[in-house]
Amino acid sequence: MSGALEVAGEALHSHASPVSGHGMGGPAPKRIIVGYGFWIFLLSDVVMFASFFAAYAVLFKNTAGGPSARDLFDLHNTAVQTGCLLLSTFTCGMAGLAVAERNMRWTQLMLLLTGLLGAAFLSLELHEFTGLVARGAGPTRSAFLSSFFTLVGCHGVHVTAGLLWLGTMMAQFQAKGFREDIRHRFLCFTLFWHALDIIWVGIFSLVYLVGTLPAEMLP
Amino acid sequence: MLGKLTWQAIPFDQPIPLLSGALVGLILAGVLIWIVMKGHLPYLWREWITSVDHKRIGVMYCLLALVMLIRGFIDALMMRSQQALAFHSGGYLPPEHYDQIFSAHGTIMIFFVAMPFVIGLMNFAVPLQLGVRDVAFPTLNSVAFWLTAAGALLVNVSLVIGEFARTGWLPFPPLSELTYSPGVGVDYYAWSLEISGVGTLLGGINIVTTILKMRAPGMSYMRMPIFCWTSLASSLLIIAAFPILTASLAMLLLDRYVGFHFFTNEAGGNAMMFMNLIWAWGHPEVYILILPAFGVFSEVVATFSHKSLFGRRSMVVATLAICILSFTVWLHHFFTMGAGGDVNGVFGIASMIIAVPTGVKIFNWLFTMYGGRIRFGSPMLWSIGFMVTFVIGGMTGVLLASPAADFQLHNSLFLVAHFHNVIIGGVLFGSFAGYAYWFPKAFGFRLDERLGKAAFWCWFVGFYVAFVPLYVLGLEGMTRRMQHYDRPEWYPWVLIAGVGALIILCGIALQVAQLWYSIRHRARLREPTGDPWDARTLEWSTASPPPAYNFAVLPTVTSEEPYWDLKHRARELGRLVTEEPHYEPLEMPRNSATGFVTAFFAVVAGFSLIWHIWWLVILSLVGAYATFVVFAWRDIHEIVIPVEEVERLDRANRAARARALEAAR
Repeated sequence: MSGALEVAGEALHSHASPVSGHGMGGPAPKRIIVGYGFWIFLLSDVVMFASFFAAYAVLFKNTAGGPSARDLFDLHNTAVQTGCLLLSTFTCGMAGLAVAERNMRWTQLMLLLTGLLGAAFLSLELHEFTGLVARGAGPTRSAFLSSFFTLVGCHGVHVTAGLLWLGTMMAQFQAKGFREDIRHRFLCFTLFWHALDIIWVGIFSLVYLVGTLPAEMLP
Repeated sequence: MLGKLTWQAIPFDQPIPLLSGALVGLILAGVLIWIVMKGHLPYLWREWITSVDHKRIGVMYCLLALVMLIRGFIDALMMRSQQALAFHSGGYLPPEHYDQIFSAHGTIMIFFVAMPFVIGLMNFAVPLQLGVRDVAFPTLNSVAFWLTAAGALLVNVSLVIGEFARTGWLPFPPLSELTYSPGVGVDYYAWSLEISGVGTLLGGINIVTTILKMRAPGMSYMRMPIFCWTSLASSLLIIAAFPILTASLAMLLLDRYVGFHFFTNEAGGNAMMFMNLIWAWGHPEVYILILPAFGVFSEVVATFSHKSLFGRRSMVVATLAICILSFTVWLHHFFTMGAGGDVNGVFGIASMIIAVPTGVKIFNWLFTMYGGRIRFGSPMLWSIGFMVTFVIGGMTGVLLASPAADFQLHNSLFLVAHFHNVIIGGVLFGSFAGYAYWFPKAFGFRLDERLGKAAFWCWFVGFYVAFVPLYVLGLEGMTRRMQHYDRPEWYPWVLIAGVGALIILCGIALQVAQLWYSIRHRARLREPTGDPWDARTLEWSTASPPPAYNFAVLPTVTSEEPYWDLKHRARELGRLVTEEPHYEPLEMPRNSATGFVTAFFAVVAGFSLIWHIWWLVILSLVGAYATFVVFAWRDIHEIVIPVEEVERLDRANRAARARALEAAR
């Protein structure tokens, strides 16, 4: 979260400038522009997830005689996944602190931990997916399962992209040090990683928790 | 090895696409050879292809739009001529070919003409109007443009290799599902739009960040030119709507490629969900197109009426009202599909409400003209032509917004006439107005006015002759997309519409001639002052063409029309108001091939996805990732423009302005 706070702090600062606020003081500093632009990108990404959530909600009951959410979801697996992802957010925040302190060893260590937790999350998801397919509950079985695999899989693809970015980020810190433009990039990465967490909270609550409610409690 | 791609993919049995493809290929090859022989390639590479200058990128967007306009218009001519011949006969285009043509026409005109045109104008004008040196993310801007061009290229490849979609400009399932469209046409459609859609989204993010975070000192929101306001609203809509398009096409592709069941008839799929999703993007999309055009008209009408815009605040409020309301009306695209009277009623009323802020704008422009000293230059002709035409299109739109009437008119030629009425009369006229208005700023010489006015009259008259008959035909019950028909009462109207298309053809020919003639006679048409229209906003305070850094010193804004006020004071005093500023060397972003290389890999990835060449998909994705890493690894991001250069260019601009003042006395 340190990245987000930094942006917010800077925005407040610029409002306090003598030119009465509302961006009247001329172009904002580079760091604000980069962070702001990336926020807007994340916003658009959330809209895309919203479409997949909507499709899932529409198709939730269209199981075509196949298994329903209640028959399939295993909350234990999901709980461990959630733990991994939330913990990785914590380590990502720690990495942010280490970058602020310009401490290379802790930065790399925390980024590595973040990556490992992300990879653990992904392998659990893969495990769940292959298990479902093996039980004949693959995405082609019913519209419900198509939308489930797409929504959760889209999040998984984002985490995979995040891991690729993370690895590149670590290499860049190592090769180039804490250069300004690389810290901007890192700011965007932390925003991205936290946003994936928020999406996952949505998936966890709306897909897994609602999906395993007793049938009479479903809307 | 090559997936589904075999020699069968080349339509040897169909002479029309093959010959036109060969012709286009020959022309392209000829141009390329000419460029290489003349030694222009390094110049093109350095100054255009790898340029991250927002003005150059804006010009390339507009050029793409003009080229694709010709492609899309050839499709239109083929449709009109087919229908003119297909009375009691099969015409000359077989149904499977005709279906591809109307699908390609709509897809190209919306995604590769209207979109690049308005985005090009935004790219060119917004940073200049804001008084800043560049957009927020210059290299990303180049990536966005080249991804759009990559999508356009893929659509055109479908002409010769394989086929294009036969499913209309929006691929409604279940027709677009694999069962009913087993060919590669829908895949060409979907992958081109996925690629260009990412480009559009990145462009929108760039414009919003630029407007909200990078304005000249003193430029508060209410001091922003109206074109910047409408660009902001349009880009916000891009950010909120385009991800829905990306997601819905992704679902369709999953259905087609790996047997998912989002929109299929089997296993619980829901085709109506596609309608809801695609129109939740599709209706905001029309406002994405029209809002920047509204902005152009606001600038042009104020400039050519010699008055400030009437009711600036109400213009801004109306723009933002349209921005929000555009998300509340999507269901009016399918009133006939069984949502029931109550739902239809709500969406019908919501659709009619949008006419209110639009009407506010029309009155604002009219009152701006009222009592003004109006000059009828070609940008102003396009604007007045727009006001007349768009009001008619708006009123037929209100008719269609009534569900009861829509049950009669749905998918008839009345609908076709309506949306051409607002898109040609609004978006295209607006783009042409902007093209004529900002051309001298971009290149330092004007477009020939005589040819420009002749082109306007052909377009204006041609539009009415081509589309008023379609209103009549729609009321007589002729549906859209008919390959042949046998009703004698339709025949004369169809012929008249064909004549209209020919008049528009004259307009396009005159525009091509205008461009060619103006380039040939650029010395005579040179515009030395940087302010050919006696305009009001900041872009006219810098030289034409503007230096790469736009402004030697960022202007300080103290009012709504800072340049106009400055010019007015200078005229009263008979000399320049500002003293020569203290010049400094400037840092500008360095060129980058990232955009071009990314788009290359995007084309390869798209093509191999369409033809199921999986190893090439992986290879091109790795290539795209490698391109980003190479970009991320570079150490020098900026070049320094030496102070002597800044000094020289700005002194020349100041001298030109002083001479103009001298001459005016």
